[in-house]
Amino acid sequence: MAKTTVVGSKSPKNMITRTVVTIFIIALTIFMLIPFVWMVSSSFKLERDVMATPFKLFPNYWYTDNYSRVLNLGYFKSYTNYHFLLSYWNSIKVAVCATLVAVVSSTLAGYAFGKMRFKGQNILFMLYLSQMMIPSQLTLIPRFIIFNQVGLFNTHWAVILPKIVAVSSCFMMRQAFMGAPEELRESAKIDGASEFRTFMWIMVPLVKPTIAAIATVQFLNSWNAYQDPLIFLSSWKLWTIPLALDQFAGIEVTQYNLSMTACALATIPVFIVFLSGQKFFIKGLTVGAVKG
Amino acid sequence: MSKNAKIAANGRQPAPGHRLKKLEGRMALLFLVPSLFGLLFLNLIPMLIALYTSMTDWVYTDGLFNWNFVGLENFVLLFQDDVFIQALVNTIIFTVVTVPIGILVALVVASLIDNYCNVKVAGIIRIALYMPNICNIVATSTIWRALYSSYGPFTNLMRALGWSNPPRWLGNENWALPAVILVAMWAKLGYNVFIYGASMAALPSDLYESAALDGANKRQQFFHLTVPLLSATTFFLTITGIISSFQVFGYSKVMTQGGPLNATNTMVYYIYTTAFKYYRTGYGSAISMVLFLILLAITVIQWVHNNKQED
Repeated sequence: MAKTTVVGSKSPKNMITRTVVTIFIIALTIFMLIPFVWMVSSSFKLERDVMATPFKLFPNYWYTDNYSRVLNLGYFKSYTNYHFLLSYWNSIKVAVCATLVAVVSSTLAGYAFGKMRFKGQNILFMLYLSQMMIPSQLTLIPRFIIFNQVGLFNTHWAVILPKIVAVSSCFMMRQAFMGAPEELRESAKIDGASEFRTFMWIMVPLVKPTIAAIATVQFLNSWNAYQDPLIFLSSWKLWTIPLALDQFAGIEVTQYNLSMTACALATIPVFIVFLSGQKFFIKGLTVGAVKG
Repeated sequence: MSKNAKIAANGRQPAPGHRLKKLEGRMALLFLVPSLFGLLFLNLIPMLIALYTSMTDWVYTDGLFNWNFVGLENFVLLFQDDVFIQALVNTIIFTVVTVPIGILVALVVASLIDNYCNVKVAGIIRIALYMPNICNIVATSTIWRALYSSYGPFTNLMRALGWSNPPRWLGNENWALPAVILVAMWAKLGYNVFIYGASMAALPSDLYESAALDGANKRQQFFHLTVPLLSATTFFLTITGIISSFQVFGYSKVMTQGGPLNATNTMVYYIYTTAFKYYRTGYGSAISMVLFLILLAITVIQWVHNNKQED
């Protein structure tokens, strides 16, 4: 929304303010983005040039061996085993499964809370919502014990299964279903459709945008998750990207060209996902936050 | 949030018949099976276990159920534990600095973008500012660790600005926490600007038009219209900001390992080292209990505040 005032917008004083504000916004945007630009630029440099002064944004050469080295490909295969490609696969697997689990469970629960009526509904919903204020660290040690007991420790299930309780997603689905017209549900029932068929073929298609929104949010959350995988995935074969990156940057602590290459490989896919799905993501982000 | 739920519950029509309601109840339970399973086994039972283990002297390597009940001893020990006190103080400093300054900066930036950029440019800038927030915390920390290194760009920038002998940011006891705070604020700004931006888009524009006609300038409009109208959003960002700040972990883990000399140790990092590095599981549970109680208190304040607003 443009709230530009028409009155006196051409006066010289206004021009100065406008210029100052523009410069400020540009400077801020640069400050926010320059670390990423530096990251990409460093990933194409030789080690000795990364910290060279004066700083060159574009090197005179593009040294792509950093990428082969981090991805453990080609000539550098025998160098050290980094398993970055494996962690890519693990991250995709975990993020997709976790998103599916979260979307299915919160869509079902959102429908039950939003459209159906049953005894104890409000109390159950409040109990569910109350989980939002429970820090995940409180249940971290007990989950560690439980997963150890049932043999899920050090499997991907340990980081996928907890997504079954996705409170904010469930809340959003509930809101979406409450907004869906009740008449459609009634008429489907009168026509003899079962509750589940009504849900699956009539109600779910109506809330597709919200499903897309929670799916994008859940995917990004799961892709970026660090704390839980760190605790529950001890074997490097199961590591997701943040863990592999942590390990890698710990080994190559002074080889900034290599660690920046690893960072670039870890962040650029998620930037692409974000930029292509931003419409849904923005919706997912703001629905819970903005009242109005 | 509870406000919305309440309104919704009041607006619901009564169910048509008792028998139908019973049937629907059974059906609803089926829909809720996955969530209730998760709620029970991954949230509620773990909470009870946490409550119990926080009152034991359990060391993980002693075996799974080899624990003694010691009552509140862990909590007494905690408040005599210098490392815990420092972690608690660090977490509080982190929260008290990042949340208010972060929100204030975000409010000003969002308002400037809203007022001085056209819709398309504003959208692009908001997305650009948001990028650090979707970068995973390990990558963020690794990048900033490089920027902060002795000859890194950040240090060189400080030299260029006339600081002849800048400290080793992450290696200096006095500078490590401010350095971590700067990274956290850099990562969070875009989120706050985004939420403010979306709330501003929902504000009634006729209010601003009439204010402008009455001769109110931009600054007056900001202080007398925008700030009060956005108070609900500010409140939301403050509460969620406090809650997430109290759970800060990744920056300390990746950038500084809680050091130097515990200067960046936080509550969650201390839980991590206690329970998963030194296997003092009972003691670690007690720290997580304290964290939970602090967040519970904050939530209660929020709840009371929300209810007051409704009256």
